[in-house]
Amino acid sequence: MSSEKCPDCEALVSVPDDAVNGEIVSCPDCGLDLEIALAGQERTVKPVVLEKEDWGE
Amino acid sequence: MTTSIGLVYDQIRPDERMLIDAAKREQVDLKLYDTNTTPFPVTGFPNRFEITNVILQRCISYFRGLHVTATLESSGVLVVNSFEALSTAGNKLLASIRLANSGIPTPKTFLAFTEESAIQALDKLGYPAVIKPVVGSWGRLVTLLKDQEMAKSIIESREYLHPIQQVYYLQEKIDRPGRDIRAFVIGDHVVAAMYRYATDSEWRTNAALGGRVENCPVTPEIEEFSVRAAKSMGGGAFGVDLMESKNGLVVHEVNHTTEFKATVKATGIDIPGLLIKYAVGMTRR
Repeated sequence: MSSEKCPDCEALVSVPDDAVNGEIVSCPDCGLDLEIALAGQERTVKPVVLEKEDWGE
Repeated sequence: MTTSIGLVYDQIRPDERMLIDAAKREQVDLKLYDTNTTPFPVTGFPNRFEITNVILQRCISYFRGLHVTATLESSGVLVVNSFEALSTAGNKLLASIRLANSGIPTPKTFLAFTEESAIQALDKLGYPAVIKPVVGSWGRLVTLLKDQEMAKSIIESREYLHPIQQVYYLQEKIDRPGRDIRAFVIGDHVVAAMYRYATDSEWRTNAALGGRVENCPVTPEIEEFSVRAAKSMGGGAFGVDLMESKNGLVVHEVNHTTEFKATVKATGIDIPGLLIKYAVGMTRR
């Protein structure tokens, strides 16, 4: 497990070692939903826009 | 030998992460199929999915899940949930018909296609009543119609949306406490249930709308109605929504690709582990 900074509040967000590109994690401090972006060895987190017309339960 | 099952998805949310971690705990080989990057052969390729014969379908997109399930089933893969269950539970009208035909108490419901017929239906149901999209989630566009004037303006606004929003599914408003019950069914059992409380400013109880949740003891009545509701959709894993009316429990919705993060938090039940075990059990049938 590694950590990345939340782009909103800069708290540390845990990223699983086997994270999948596009995986969603929540910032433990501000609760913002973040999407993990993988590019080679590099891991970043960015705010996610979740809602599409037929999404959800 | 390690058992292999599949997980097909469009985005890994905390719920799917819990499934991945549960599979590791159970020493199950979980193959991931990302619908964003995987093409799914439909015809002309025999033995297309020979790696695994059971797949958990977890797409957030209803239409994506529906089509990928049909494709996987056509090649002999068992999918949780099945196309039959998904297509029935995913449409509130079809689900209401199944519930009623199975003798499960469910709110009085009308179908209408025009403002004129919708108003006639609402006069029979009485105000307030509820209008819901036949396909949709997270409580979106579910609206409480308090009187005829409001009903007319809401229906008029739906005339400008996608044609599916002009299929008017109109339902009596059940007089209930400010909460409903979400029962999680896997196979033949309710494995967990929680109360969902609406927030002060909201009549809908969806956890996605910020409602509070807490553990709900599974009574024999909750068990019976929920399992029967799940079976009426074709069986599998479902989130059955029940309301406590003056005349007893009524089932108002059966969810097919249910999020369980909030239920796990409220009940402490390892729903992802149970789902993995259920899928593994299907590989042995």
